[in-house]
Amino acid sequence: MAGKLAALGAWIDARFPMTTLWKEHLSEYYAPKNFNFWYYFGSIALFVLALQIVTGIYLTMSYKPSASEAFGSVEYIMRDVEWGWLIRYLHSTGASAFFIVVYLHMFRALLYGSHRRPRELLWIFGVLIYLALMAEAFMGYLLPWGNMSYWGAQVIVSLFGAFPLIGDSLVEWIRGDYFISDITLNRFFALHVAALPLVLIFLVIAHILALHEVGSNNPDGIEIKKNKGPDGIPLDGIPFHPYYTVKDIYGLGVFLLLLAAVVFFAPEMGGLFLEAANFEPANPLLTPEHIAPVWYFTPYYAILRAVPAFAGTQVWGVLVMFAAILLLFFVPWLDRAPVSSIRYRGPLYKIALILFAASFIMLGYCGLMPAVQPFKALSVIGTAYYFAFFLLMPWYTRIDSHRPEPLRVRL
Amino acid sequence: MKLARTMLGIAVLAWPLAAVPATSGYPLQGAGTDVGNLASLQRGARNFVNYCLGCHSARYMRYSQVADDLALTEDELRENLMFTGTRVYDAMLTSMPADQARQWFGNTPPDLSLIARSRGVDYVYTYLKSFYADPARPTGANNAVLANTVMPHVLASLQGVQQPRYQTTTGQDGKPHEQLVGLEPGIAGEMSAEEFDGFVRDTVGFLEYVSEPAKAQRQSLGVWVILYLLMFVAFAYFLKKEYWKDVKS
Repeated sequence: MAGKLAALGAWIDARFPMTTLWKEHLSEYYAPKNFNFWYYFGSIALFVLALQIVTGIYLTMSYKPSASEAFGSVEYIMRDVEWGWLIRYLHSTGASAFFIVVYLHMFRALLYGSHRRPRELLWIFGVLIYLALMAEAFMGYLLPWGNMSYWGAQVIVSLFGAFPLIGDSLVEWIRGDYFISDITLNRFFALHVAALPLVLIFLVIAHILALHEVGSNNPDGIEIKKNKGPDGIPLDGIPFHPYYTVKDIYGLGVFLLLLAAVVFFAPEMGGLFLEAANFEPANPLLTPEHIAPVWYFTPYYAILRAVPAFAGTQVWGVLVMFAAILLLFFVPWLDRAPVSSIRYRGPLYKIALILFAASFIMLGYCGLMPAVQPFKALSVIGTAYYFAFFLLMPWYTRIDSHRPEPLRVRL
Repeated sequence: MKLARTMLGIAVLAWPLAAVPATSGYPLQGAGTDVGNLASLQRGARNFVNYCLGCHSARYMRYSQVADDLALTEDELRENLMFTGTRVYDAMLTSMPADQARQWFGNTPPDLSLIARSRGVDYVYTYLKSFYADPARPTGANNAVLANTVMPHVLASLQGVQQPRYQTTTGQDGKPHEQLVGLEPGIAGEMSAEEFDGFVRDTVGFLEYVSEPAKAQRQSLGVWVILYLLMFVAFAYFLKKEYWKDVKS
C-alpha cells in the first residue's frame, strides 16, 4: 500500500510540483522560533477567508439578489433553510471577525517592524488586501436589503458626489440608477460574490508568496537568515510544519471559541455586528434615526466627518479619508528607525504607537456616534493624530533612542 | 493558556463598545421574556392570533413551524391558532385587506415578523402597556412610547384605560410646556395589573420567538459547541506542547 502511494506521489511529482510546494511552503519553510501571541492572526485570517467563501457559497444557493426578494430570501434562509441561520450568522459574524483579525495583524506589523525592508512589497500586498476587504464588506452589507443596508450604501455612495464636476455622473455610474435600486443590488451582488473574492484570493496568494520569498519577521525584528547552520538552515528557524501548524491549530481553537460565543449567544453583538434597523426592509422613504456604517468602517467615517466643508464643497473630507488609507502604502519608507522591533526602539515610537492604537479606537467610537460634541472635537483630534503619527514618523523614528538588537532571537 | 487569557481579556474589554444609545425618550420596561418557556410561548401564540392577527401579519412565519417549535399537534394547532381558513404550511397572514387598512388607519399595520428584533422586546412590551385615554385622537387613545400612534388600544378590555399624568415645565423658550411624565390607572379592565403584565409578556415572548425561530435552538446548541471547543483547545494545547518540547530545550 505504502509503495503504491509513493508511486502515485512520484507520478504526480513528475507532472506537478506537489512535493516541492509542500516543502517550500510548509515542511521546509523555516520560520523564526520565537513567534508570540501576535503571530496567530495571519493563519486565522486565512481561515476566516475560507469560512467566508464556504458560508458565502451556501448563502448564494438560497439568496435572491433582487430588490423585491432579497430581504425575504434572507429571512427564508434564517427560517426555512436547514441550518440556514447558522450559515448566515457564521457569515455575518465572520465579516466582523475578519476585520478584528486583520486589524490585529496590521498592528503586529507596526509593533515588530514587519513592514520594513525587505518586506515592503509584502506590506503593500497586505494593504491591498485590506482595501479589497473594505470593498467586499461594503458591497456585502447592501445584500440583506435592510433599511440600514440601503441608507448606509446611500450615504457612502453619495460621498463620490462630492467630487467637483464629475461627482453626480460618477455616483450615477456607481449606482447604475438615479438612486440605490434593484440594479445597484445586482451589481453589488456580482462584485461581492465573484469579482472581489477573486481579487482577494489572488492578493492573498501574492501576500503568502512574498512572505515565503523574504521569510517571516519575528518579535525581535532581526533576520534569522543572517545566522545559518552548515546545512544552510537558519539556526533560529524551525520548519513551519509541524511546529507552527500545531501551534496555529491551538490558536485557531481559541479563536473559534470566541467566534462560537458570538454566533450562538450574541450574533447581533448588541447592534454592532447586525444592526436593529436592518431587520426592517429597505425603505427609500424612511431614513433610520441614526445612520452609521458598520463598526469596522467607523474610524475612517469619523475622519471623513472631522473635515469641514471648505470653499463650498464637502470634497475635502472625502479626499482626507482616502489619503488616510493611501498613507498606509508608504509606511515602509516613513519608518526611519535603525531597529525594527518595538523591543529595541526608544520611548518616542512606543508612545506614538500606543497613542495611535488608542486614537484609532476612539475614532471608531466617534464614527458610531451622532455628529455632536464631544464626538466632533474628538474626531478632529483623532484625525490630526492619525496623520501626525504617519507624517512625522520619519522625524521621530530617526531622533528616537534605541537599544542594540541581539544577534540571535530570544525565545 | 496565555493566549486564551489574552483573547478573553480583549473580548471583555471590547464589550462596552456594544452599548447602543437608546432612542425613545419614554423609559422602557424590561420585558423579561424567555423563548425557552414553552407554556409562555403557547399562551403568547394564542394572544397573538386573537388580538394581533386581525390587523397584523407575520408573513415570514408558518403555522406549521409554530406547531413544531411550540410542541403542538396539528389538531391543537387548528383548534387554537388557525382561524383564517388557511393551510398548515401557510404563512401567518392577516385577512384584513391592506388597502382598506390604509383607508381606516391611514397606514398599513406593520408586519410583525421581525418587530421584536428591529425595535427590541422592551420597546414592544412597554408600547403595548402604554396606551392612555386621549380624546383628541380619532381612536380615543394615544401612546406614551410612540406618540400619536394610529393603532387603537385593542387591549383596552383587558387592561382598562389609563389616564395620563402631565407636569408643567418651563421650556428653554421660557413658556410653560405640558410634559407626559407617567400613566395612572383609570377605568379598570378584566385583568389585574399583574395579570395584564403576564399577558403582554407572553405575547411579546411569542413575537421574540417569531422574530428568530431558531433562537432557543441556537442557544442550547451553543452550549455544546462551546464545550466541544473547550475540549478541542485543551487537546490542541497539549499537542502543541508535546511538539514544542524539542524547540524549547
